[in-house]
This record gives sequence, structure tokens and C-alpha cells, in this order.
Amino acid sequence: MKVIKIDKQDFTSGIEKLADSYRLFGPVKEKESYAFQKLEKGQLPDFNFKNTRLSIKSVINPQSEVMFEYSLDEKQTDHHVMKEAKKDYSPRAIFGVRPCDGKSMVLVKPNFDTLEYKDNYWLDSYNCTTFVGLACNDPCSTCFCTSAGSGPFDETGLDVLLIDMDDYYIAKAVTSKGEALLSAASWDTAGTLDDVEDKKSKAEKKIKTSVSIDNIKDRSINEIHQASFWEDIAFSCINCGTCTYVCPTCWCFDIQDENSGKSGVRMRNWDSCMFPLFTMHGTGHNPRGEKTQRVRQRFMHKLKYYLDKYDQGIQCVGCGRCIQSCPVNIDIRRVCNIMNDYNYE
Amino acid sequence: MIGYIDKIKEISKGLLEEKKVDMIIGFRKGTVPMINEPCVAKTSADVDNFVWDSSCGINLANYLTGRKEKIGIIAKGCDSRNIVNHIIENKINREQLTIIGVPCKGMVDRSKVKALVSSDIEEVIEKEDTMVISGADFEKTVKTSDVISKNCTICMHRNPVIFDELVAEEVDEQKDVNRYEDIDKIEAMDSGEKWNYFEDMFKSCIRCYACRNACPLCYCPTCFVDESKPQWVGKSQDPIDIWTFHFLRAYHCAGRCTDCGACVRACPMDIDVRLLTKKLEKDCFEMFNWEAGLSIDKRPPLDVFNADDPDGFIK
Repeated sequence: MKVIKIDKQDFTSGIEKLADSYRLFGPVKEKESYAFQKLEKGQLPDFNFKNTRLSIKSVINPQSEVMFEYSLDEKQTDHHVMKEAKKDYSPRAIFGVRPCDGKSMVLVKPNFDTLEYKDNYWLDSYNCTTFVGLACNDPCSTCFCTSAGSGPFDETGLDVLLIDMDDYYIAKAVTSKGEALLSAASWDTAGTLDDVEDKKSKAEKKIKTSVSIDNIKDRSINEIHQASFWEDIAFSCINCGTCTYVCPTCWCFDIQDENSGKSGVRMRNWDSCMFPLFTMHGTGHNPRGEKTQRVRQRFMHKLKYYLDKYDQGIQCVGCGRCIQSCPVNIDIRRVCNIMNDYNYE
Repeated sequence: MIGYIDKIKEISKGLLEEKKVDMIIGFRKGTVPMINEPCVAKTSADVDNFVWDSSCGINLANYLTGRKEKIGIIAKGCDSRNIVNHIIENKINREQLTIIGVPCKGMVDRSKVKALVSSDIEEVIEKEDTMVISGADFEKTVKTSDVISKNCTICMHRNPVIFDELVAEEVDEQKDVNRYEDIDKIEAMDSGEKWNYFEDMFKSCIRCYACRNACPLCYCPTCFVDESKPQWVGKSQDPIDIWTFHFLRAYHCAGRCTDCGACVRACPMDIDVRLLTKKLEKDCFEMFNWEAGLSIDKRPPLDVFNADDPDGFIK
């Protein structure tokens, strides 16, 4: 795969060229934080960010997404017929994808793309996208990607990895999709990876916190499920949806029909296992009616059920967003290590 | 305030050892700077984990709702007022509680501190009136009073209004503060400006409901946004549904809000949600001379009939 050197002034002109053949997305500053947004003509992705508050989930699998449209007007011949909502799946490139977010795509894909079921909304959105990563030279104090199966220079799930070498970028093509994007931008000066390894190891050394999962792997679900620590972990939880919404690997959604006059849409919206309504049955029975059960579910899903089911590590990329955003300081690193280090009988 | 912790631990251990309470609700040191985590101590050993500093902003009254145990609770001025609310609204019995009052000088606003530096804050060490914030390539000392939350800067009840034990001498209450500066500014806007202001304010809302869930007042068994048979409010990112949630929630807090700031502190998107409840708090103050949560012997203005009511329609 190609390794390209991009001078910073050529970066701007390349982005301009790409706008002809791709819909461009990237981090944009909003008040005090950053969010992935569609870039307007001439707008550059703002790379002065550590990480965005919401992950690229907000682009690939947006919080509210219309799936079908329908009419309730009986004068219309096609009334009460669900019709696929028109979407733009023309090529799209997302710039500034941190390696943790790239990795998250690989972790969530098995949920949307199985042998039995294909979730076309997610798959179409994913397939039309070229993921242009940006390596983390300067990770946050809440990052623990290196022990969560990723790392500040991880290429997994990306099509291109950009490395900021101060005066220029090194662009490492990871897939042919990535090579195509580099060509479309006319970025064609060959570069080398000689100095990248040094940057990479420096960045990895800056990550000071970690999680361990060896023992979680070996323990049975029941042992962990019934351990005595859950009440203490869950006490402070207020059961808001913050951790699940900022999480790049939380994928749950709820389907709703919304009518306005005689027309309506069937849409899906992010949902959260932290909400009591998430598991409320039609009978009124709620199998996870207590907050401790919901907190346990979230951590068990991420750190045990996923691990067992897919055999590709935990359902967490170590981005630390939930740690930064939790209103009551529930820290997944602490929880994971409690689960791992607990003295199971 | 950092000197309070020894007394907090002493009182807490005494209560547990004498079996006056089953548990004590306090704070343990957070895993990240400027936020400590609410926790429960059931033994003296648990109490050793308690901390007290300017990062104990979360309103602990929120953890009392419907509990059956005998509980010791550490309470700042605002927590104590929400405890009063809880007692008035039958969410907890006074007899269940031993309130360990903590005079407060304000709790830190993480966003204000983060805005002072350009890189990641890794450690904050609190001194008597200052905080030393540091990261990989910087160290900076700030005056704590310069970085406390907005609601704390205009707080009129820093001392607990109800308590069984007090960990230190009362602090001076603030005088000559303009409590409603922010509200006056919004009130002065014309309707178009107000529309734009609130539209912009709620643009980033992700409907995580952290504001609602952090609020001690929001304990409804089923919140109106969660009603599903029939459904009352749409679930999407439609701004009208988002505003409906915020405006209605605020109205549910009229005459009850203590301006503790829990909602703002909880918001992961930095939305200044308390501006809505502050307006209602102002109205209650001006119309009924009412401040919520000051006495367990007074009924809130919205659940009593008063022949002197300032509104004509009710007479």
C-alpha cells in the first residue's frame, strides 16, 4: 500500500479537489468542543481537536434516521404503503477519524452485518464512506486504547491513516479505497514511514492507564453476574444515556412511527440500556427494572458477553469518552479492573 | 473547605459505630480531576474513602428518593434545601435522616477550569483557597472562587438550612449579588431574539436526560417523555420535541428548584439548562417571596391557595 507525503499547503488543495467526488465530513469546532459535521465548500476539517465529543457513530449511524415514509391520505393511491426514504449514499469521506473510532467500526459491524440479517441502513452508510484516520500524537489522559485492543496509531477500520509530522502529513493507505482517495486528491509524492515509528512509540508511552481482561475471559458469565461489586459500582449512576450515546460501540436503537397530519415517517433513534423503558415489556413487567441491573448489563455486554460471543476482544476501544462525560464519574477502567481483579470463589 | 474531611469522617464513623444509621452517603475521590463520585459507606473502613473538596458538586439529595434505610447524608447548602423538598414531597422521612451539614464556598465548574488551559488537565490539587492544575506540560494556580459554577457565585444559602451535625462554623452568606443578571438579559430580548437564543442553546442536546436524572426534583415514576401508552412526546432529534422536554421539565420544577446547578453540571454537552429553571425561580421569588427548600414547615406556593395570590384568575 502507498505511503504518501503531503505538504500542509497541498493538503488544502487536495481537500478542495476531493470535494468534487466526495461528500466531505470532518471535525468542526462548536463552542468549546468538536463534532463531526459535513464540511461546506472550502471548509477544512479542524485538526486542533483531541477527540470529538460524539464519535463517528453520529455520522454513520445518526441519532435520528428516517427509514420509511408513508401517506395516510386515502385519496392517494399508495396510502398506507411504507416506502424506502431516499438517501444520499454517494461517496463520502470522513476526515479526522481517530484510530479508536476506526476500530469501533470493526467492533460494531458484526451487529449490523450477519449471515442472516443485513442492516442496509448501516451497511450502505458504512460502505459509501472512506475513513481517513488521524493518528493521535497527543492522546488524552482518559485514553486507554492500548489495552483495549487499539492504539493511537491503530489502522484497523481505517482506509487511510494520516500522521501529523508537524511540517507535513504522512498518509498511509490501508485499503484500496484509501489509495483511491489519495489519488483523487492528487496526493502522489512518495513518503516514508521512517520517522513514524518514533512518533508512534512516543504517543503510546503517553497513555498511562489501562484495563485488564484476562480473568474476565476465563470466568463464567454467572460468576461475574452474581459478584458482589455491582451495587457499589451502580450506586452513583443516575441512569442517563450519556455513556451509551457518546460511546462509539453502543449500537442500540428504537424504531418509532411519527405522523404529522396525513403523512409520516418510520425512523430509528439511538436508545440506551440505561433507560428503564429500554426493557419495559408490554405487560408492564420490566426484567431490568432496577438501576443496578441496567448498569451491570452495560458493562457485562461490553466486557463479557461481547468478548465471549465474537472472540475479538471487548466491545470498547478505550476512547475514554464515557469517562469524560459521565455526570457522576463512573469510570469504565475502574469497573473493568474490578471485574477482572475480583476474588471469585 | 478541604479541612472539613477529618470532621466528616469523625462524625460518619460515630454514626455508623453507634448504629444510628445504616449507611452514609458521601463522596469518594474521582478517577478524573474535578469530579468526585457519590458513594455509600456502611462501615468505618468505607468512611476512610470519603473526600471533601470543591469537586463535590453533585447534589446528593438525588440519592435519597424512596429509600427505606436510616441514612446519614453529607449536605451542602443546596443539598440541604433539596432534602427539605424531599421531606415536604414525602420522598423521604425526616426521622430516617441524620444530616451532616457542610458550609460551602461553591463548587468548581470543570468547563471554566478547562477553558483556562489549552491541554489536558491530569491533576488538580486543592489548597485552602486555590487550586493547582497541572498536565503534561504546564502547571497553573487558580483562585478557587474564580472557577466555581455560575449558580454558586450567586448562591444565597451556602450554609445548610437543616442539619443534625455541622462539620464547621458557618460561612458568611453572600450579599449584594445580582442573582438574576442572566435572566434579566434574556427577559430584555424581543421574542425573535429569544427564539434564536434558545434554538442555539438546545442545538447540541442529545436527549441523554442527564439533566433530568441528576435533578433531585425529577423523581416521577414515569417522566412525561417516557410515557408510551399513548406516547406524549416524539423521540427524535426534532427540535420541537427537544424543546418540549426542556420547557416542560423546567415548569415541573417551578417553586421547587433550589438552583443547585445539578442539571448544568450533568450535561455532557455544556448546555446551560438551569437558565430555564432560574427564570421560574425568579418568578416565584418575585411573585410569592418564595425560595424553595428553606423550611419543612412551609408549603410551596404552587400547592397552596392564597387569597393574596398576585394572579387574578385564581381568586
